[in-house]
Parts: sequence; structure tokens; C-alpha cells
Amino acid sequence: MQDFYNIFPLVIIGGGILISLLIEMYSKRSEAILPWVSIIIFLFSGLYALTTVDYVSVVFQNMLATGGNVNIFYFIFTFGAAIVSMLSVEYLRKYDAYFGEFYILLQSSVLGMMFMAGARDLFMIFLGLELMSICFYTLAGLNRKRLTANEASLKYFLLGAFATGFIVYGIALIYGSAGTTSLEIISSRFTELTENILFIGGMLLFLIGFSFKIAAFPFHMWVPDVYQGSGTTVAGLFSTGGKAAAFSAIIVTFFAVFNNSVENIFTPYLSAIAVLSMLFGSIVAIAQEDIKRMLAYSSIAHTGYMTIGLAAGNYEGVAGIIFYLAAYTFMNLGAFGIVAIIEGRDETNLSINSYAGLASHHPILAAMLSVFMFSLAGIPPFAGFFGKYYVFIAAIKADLIWLAVVGVVSSVIGVYFYLRIVVLMYFRDAEAEISLSSHNTGLLAVIISVLLVIVLGLAPGSIIDLITSFL
Amino acid sequence: MENSSLITYLLLVPFIGSFLLLLIDKSREHLIRYTGLVISLLAFIISLIIFFNFDSQNPDFQFTHKFPWIENLNIFYFVGVDGLSLLLVLLTTFLTPLTLISSWSSIKTRVKEFTFFMLILEVGMLGVFVSLDLFLFYIFWEAMLIPMYFIIGIWGGKERIYASIKFFIYTMFGGLLMLVAIIWLAVYASTPLGYFTTNLVELYSVGPEVESTIQNWMFLAFAFSFAIKVPLFPLHTWLPDAHVQAPTAGSVILAGVLLKMGTYGLLRFCLPLFPQASITFAPYISVLAVIGIIYGALVAMVQTDMKKLVAYSSVAHLGFVVLGIFAMTQEAVQGAIIQMINHGLSTGALFLLVGVIYERTHTREISEYGGIAKLVPVYSFMLLFVSLSSIGLPGLNGFVGEFLILIGSFKSPVLGSWWFTVFAASGVIFAAVYLLWMYQRVVFGEVKNPKLSTLTDMNPREIFIMIPIIIFIIWIGIYPSTFLNISEKSTAKVIEQVLPAEKVTLK
Repeated sequence: MQDFYNIFPLVIIGGGILISLLIEMYSKRSEAILPWVSIIIFLFSGLYALTTVDYVSVVFQNMLATGGNVNIFYFIFTFGAAIVSMLSVEYLRKYDAYFGEFYILLQSSVLGMMFMAGARDLFMIFLGLELMSICFYTLAGLNRKRLTANEASLKYFLLGAFATGFIVYGIALIYGSAGTTSLEIISSRFTELTENILFIGGMLLFLIGFSFKIAAFPFHMWVPDVYQGSGTTVAGLFSTGGKAAAFSAIIVTFFAVFNNSVENIFTPYLSAIAVLSMLFGSIVAIAQEDIKRMLAYSSIAHTGYMTIGLAAGNYEGVAGIIFYLAAYTFMNLGAFGIVAIIEGRDETNLSINSYAGLASHHPILAAMLSVFMFSLAGIPPFAGFFGKYYVFIAAIKADLIWLAVVGVVSSVIGVYFYLRIVVLMYFRDAEAEISLSSHNTGLLAVIISVLLVIVLGLAPGSIIDLITSFL
Repeated sequence: MENSSLITYLLLVPFIGSFLLLLIDKSREHLIRYTGLVISLLAFIISLIIFFNFDSQNPDFQFTHKFPWIENLNIFYFVGVDGLSLLLVLLTTFLTPLTLISSWSSIKTRVKEFTFFMLILEVGMLGVFVSLDLFLFYIFWEAMLIPMYFIIGIWGGKERIYASIKFFIYTMFGGLLMLVAIIWLAVYASTPLGYFTTNLVELYSVGPEVESTIQNWMFLAFAFSFAIKVPLFPLHTWLPDAHVQAPTAGSVILAGVLLKMGTYGLLRFCLPLFPQASITFAPYISVLAVIGIIYGALVAMVQTDMKKLVAYSSVAHLGFVVLGIFAMTQEAVQGAIIQMINHGLSTGALFLLVGVIYERTHTREISEYGGIAKLVPVYSFMLLFVSLSSIGLPGLNGFVGEFLILIGSFKSPVLGSWWFTVFAASGVIFAAVYLLWMYQRVVFGEVKNPKLSTLTDMNPREIFIMIPIIIFIIWIGIYPSTFLNISEKSTAKVIEQVLPAEKVTLK
């Protein structure tokens, strides 16, 4: 029975999916009810996960872990998804693209993410990954009248399936060399297994597959097109929840490394993709004229910073990644949320020039977007800075000072394109005034994000304490 | 005084005040201006209370306030002042109300935002001077960029966007390298201390023990960041842009306080944390400082824009300060501290005066002026007075600082050569040339430009701003002991940290 209480956050989402299905089928007012049902389910599950964070256990024959940092990931996923739901209420209305399936798919994808974060077995990771990814492919193309959405969906699907192939092949090799898919056993025999070239090959394939999912260079090709083509709010989810889930899977798989018990033989690979992602993302983002593409490249750069934590392979690295993901989820969703609010019908107002003079017409939106931009750029006292700080600590502790220096250089490049938005909003005059439709829930979601970004930035101590206490 | 929360109040008053200000309706500009002024005066009063209760015989940190902030990383909210920072804190709280008053006529748009950013900027600057935890220091150091960026970018001149981004990226780059060094030092310290810490007082004992190659790298990362801020030649290129484009109030704060953050950082962090590296690099940095003195003066000489001329004169003056710091003798370092204050007063006043005339004529070109002595006698007198103070006329403040730095660097065991002093002294002559030449072209001669005929003299408000500055210029010039006493013991302590008596014999 205790097992049941421990997996209750998953049960809530699972039950929520069923309830949502019934509402969608039998209620004529599902458009009005379903968003709120899904927001309540997400918040309930997230808060439950947060209150039961101390109950660390492994359930279902070592398949699923609960409590501890798993629950912190649950919190990140569900709160992120709740913000996405709030933003989507008016966004979907704007495009006349309400489908009840939207919220059901959203909940299913979150369930998939939760499986990944809690997995203690490679099969669970795969199961969760597929549940999440298939929902994502569908969500990307849900507005089937839009050609770009179809393109995004197809691209996402083809490249995602390709990446899944790598992961499955990697899992097969790992199983072949270790004789098990249980991560606990793999972790305990890690040193001995790394003498086997097949095992290393399997792990590398697994990492390459997940490099697609976290959007690391050179496996990032899908990112800009998918973010641009799919709805703004779901693009926000892809860049935050999807990334966080993929990172959680990498962290559990390589837990032996982070436990400081074995040498991190994957450092060269991870440092290489970290450096390339940071520099590529930051440099290419400068040239973007479309705000969603800019955020897509910024997302690639942020993957790079988080990968520094993986490359460092110590417990500060893990703590840094988890904190970074929490911070990134709220700052990036906030930024996407404002983009969704500003976006007009039929994909207008997406060029960064449409943000010119925003501060004079919509001062609160402009101020909040500035906070998100400063936070994404890693300027104190906002949450993004502290994430970077922790990741840099991890790198320096692992004697990877050069990696921290590259991170610094790329942050400076990043400042340029994040500040461009601030420059446009505050220092230039508007070309055409943007009229906003009523956006009360969306605005509320953005305000919640901005508060979280400031609170996590000023008082990161409590959440960092929580994360490290479970490592 | 141990564990006093006065400094925390000093930070909180402008911080909370700035947010209260946001609640005022933006059309009530007078109310906003007076509220902003009252808040900044409150901060000034608190800093005066600190000043009067300060024990100048105690070289350690006073009015310290400490409580855990991020316990996991041993990061404390830890603030305090000593003789090095107290004067700079006073300078900040003294200049902020004056610049706010000066902006009453020059800032006509978005008054609420302007006052808000000025107060937030004051919090950031004060925070930099009082932080005793490297992490806290870094937070203030970077966070302070945001308000300055907006002040230049929104209320600046034609090229304001370019200037604001350049300013931001330059400083941010240096700052981030310093962040890497801060973490590196803290990680390094976790071996001898047994825990990760960014507490400055604890790191003072660790820094000198760092292996010399690593110490050199850490020193360079810190020094690079501070050198950009000072700005030391050849990293000064952001300064003319930022100064010229910023509104008058922004320039005054930029020259008066922001640049001092760099020199303060060198003195507070570089020297005591990395003594061996400081001694190794002292001659090289001093060469750059001397080049800065001469280069800044020569470039200032050929400027046609008054504001740019004053901006380049900052490069020269700050060169003196850096030379004084790296000479590492009691006279030189105390001279450097006094020179920081002097530069804040004199150059701040010069920018204010350039602003006063720019508001009337909307031009800063020297060639547009000439013969204004008859039209605006009060203004002409003020400009002469401030220029002379900046040149270093004996009896006024500039002389005291430069003289001490020159004496100190002459007998410096670290620099080991009097050539530094010789070249630096030539900078004093150049300063007389460019400032007096500008003064002559602007004030004397015949009135050629017909636009000048309507020029009005300084109004009571503008005179009122200048009077306190002039009082201090004379005070420091005639009786500098008031200020030298404050920094004496703390300076001696820094020098003792860098040059332990047994290693280097002081002459």
C-alpha cells in the first residue's frame, strides 16, 4: 500500500488522463472545463510530489524510484505543464485550434516524462521516452490546418524515431554486455563493465540518442524548425519538460559516475558536445530574426551549459543540472508565454522587430520579458545565473576550468542576443502598436513564472539544499 | 562596532524606496523627483552615521553584518566597511542626491523609471563597496550593470544603443572571467579549510598560499575584470562611448563611482588575495597605468567634444590611481584612495558643468563656444575652479592625491624604478595643457557664435549642486588629514598583507 502512496503523483496524472478522456467524450463544454481540469491535475500532482519528497523508495521490482530528486523532477514537469496549459487556453482560441486531445496528450506526455525521471531500468526509460515523444510529435502537428505545423511534426517524428533507434540499439548492446537492464546492477558493476568495449559502445549510442532529445549540437537540426512550426506554447514544453526529462534519464543511467565512485570516461564526448552546443547555439542565435528560432538556438546553448554538469560528472554537476533545469523551465516558459501572448493570429508578430517599443505600450509585459532575458543571459540576481554558477563550480571541481571559461565566453555572446530584445523593447520606438486580446490566464502564468525566477534567484538555498540532500 | 545592521539599512533604504517609488502615478513628476531625493538623502544620512561612529584606529572591518544566505555553498550575506571602502561609500551616497537634483532639468521623459534606476544603481554600487563575500560582491557587481545599461540606453545620446551594449558586454566579459576565478579560489580553498567558501576574510588567509602559477592565473582573471572597469589602457575603449552617450547624471555616476569599483577591486581583492602574483605583475600593470596617463592626456588634448575630453581625462586620472595601488607603499596607496575620491568630485563636477551648458545650447563642441566669460561669469568661475582642481593645483584636492602617489611610487620597492614617477609626473603637465586649453577656447576670446547671446547663467539649483562639491574640493586640498586618517590603518593592513615585513624591506 505504501508503494501506492509513493507513486501517487503518477496515479494522479494517469487518472487525470482517463477523466479528461471522459470529459472530452461526453461533455459539450469540454473546451471550457478541460484546461482547468488539467491545470488542477498538474498542480495537485506537483504539490503532492513536493510534499512527499522525503519518502525515498524503489517500487515495482526495482523498476521505478520515488521520492528524492525524482519528485523534484515531477515538480518541474507538472508545474511546467500547468504553466503551458494556462498559456494554451487563449493561445488555442486565437488560432481556433481547440482540440480536446491537446490537454490529454499534454498529460500523457507528462506521464512519460515522469516515467523517465523515475526509471530504475532501461526499459522504463524507453517506455517513458516513447510515451513522451509520440505525444510530442502529435502535439507539434495538432493544428493540422497549418502547413508549418505539419512540417514540424513530420520532422520531429522522423528525427525522433532516428534517435530512438540509437537508444534502442544502445540498450541492446548494454544488455548484451551486462546481462541486465536494471540500472542498479549496471551502476554497481560500472567499473568492471567499462572494460568491455561493447558496453562503452552501447552507452555512447545511448548518449547520442539522448543528445537528440536534449537538443545538443550536432544533433540539434530539428530544434529550430520544430519550435518555429509548432504552437508557441507546446514549443515551450518541448524546450523545457522534454529537455528536463531527457536529462533526468541520462542522470539515472550514469548514476555510478555521479556517485563519484567511478571515473567518468565519457567526459571527452560530453565536453565536446557541451562546447559545441554552447558556442553554436549562442553564435547562431545572434543572426535570428524570428523570436521562436532565437529561443530555439538559445535552448541549444542552454543544453550546452547543462551538459557541462554531465561532463564534470560529480555531485555538484547533478545538483547544478537539476537546479538549472528548474530555473530554465520557468524562465524559458515565461519567455515563450510572452511570445504566445504577443503573437497575433496567423503567426504575425513573431519577428523580433515586432517587439520594438513594447515598453511604452505594455510596460509590464516588457519588464517581465526583460527579467526572463536577463535570467536566460545569466545575469544575477535571477535564477539563470545561479544555475550557471553551480554548473561552473562542478566543472572547476572536476578540473575542467577550460570548460568553464568556454562557458563564460559563450555567455557573453549570449548576452548580445538576449539584450537585443531588451534594446528593442526599451530603446526603440514601436513600428506598429500591438493590440492584445484578453489574456488573463496567460498573463497569470507569466507572472507566476517571473516570481519563481526571482525567488529561485534570490533564495536558491532551500531548493539546492533539498536537491543535494538526496545525492 | 560588531554586528551592526546599519549597512543593511543603508542598502535597504534605496532598494525598498525604489520600489515604493514605482507605486506613484507617473504623471506626478515633482512628487517622484522629491521622493527620490528624500530616499537618497536618507541613505546619505545613514552613511554619515556610519562615518561618525567609525573607529579609524581599527584596521579591521567594522559594522559587519553576517547571516547565512545559501548554506549549502557556505555563502553568507556578509557586509562591512573599513578605511578603504568607507570613503567610497560616502562618495556614492554624496553624489547620488546631487545627480538626482541635476537631472531635474535634463531628464524630461520617463522620470519615474529614471529615478527608479538611479536608486537601484545606488544599491548596486554600495553593495559592491560593502560586500565581504565574493559571491555577494559578484552579484552586486553584475546586477549593477542592468540599471546603468538602461540609463545609458533610454536617456542617452544618438549612439546610445551601441554605447550601452558595448558597456554591458565589456564589463560582463571581465566579470564572468572573475567569476571563474572566484569559484576556482573557493574550490582551491576547500582543501586547506575543509569547506567551500567565498568568505573574503577567510580567503585572505588562503589566497597567499595558492601555488604561484595558479595564483598568477587567478590574479589575471580578477585584474582583467577590474582593469576593464577602471579602465586601464588598452581596455578603455568602452569608456568614451559610454560617457559621451550617457545622460549627465549617468556620466557623473559612471565617472564618479563606477570607475572606482575597478580600482577598489584591485585594492580589496587582487592585492591581498594574490600577493605574490601582484608583486610579479606590478611593474607590467604600472607600465600600462603610465601609458594610460600619457595616452589619456594626449587624446584628451585633441578632442573637439567637451564631454569626450573629460572622459579621456578619466583614463589619465585613473592611471594615477592604479599606479598608486601597485606601488604598494603607504603614501601611494593612501594617495590612490584620496585620488579616487578627488576624481569622483572633480570629474563628476566637470561632467555636471558640461551638462549645464549642454542643456542650454545643445552642443558640446568646443569650437561652438568662446567668450562666454562675460555672458556667464558664475559658470565660468565654477568651470575654472573645477578644472584647476582636476589639474592638481596645490591647495585644491587633486594635488594631494597626485603628490602622494608620485612620492609613493618614487620610493616603491616593488616597482624598483623612478622612471614610472617621471613619466607619470608628465601627465600632470599634460592635464594642465588640455584642461586650460579647453577653458581658454570655451570661456575667453570674443563671442563668435550668435546662438550664445541668449545664454543664461547658472540658476540657484545648479549652483546649489556645485557648492557641496566645491567645499569638499577645498577641504581635501587644505586639510586632507580628515580623510587620510580614515584610510591609514586599513591601508597599512593591506600593505602588510602584500609585503610581509620579512620578505621585502621597506625603505
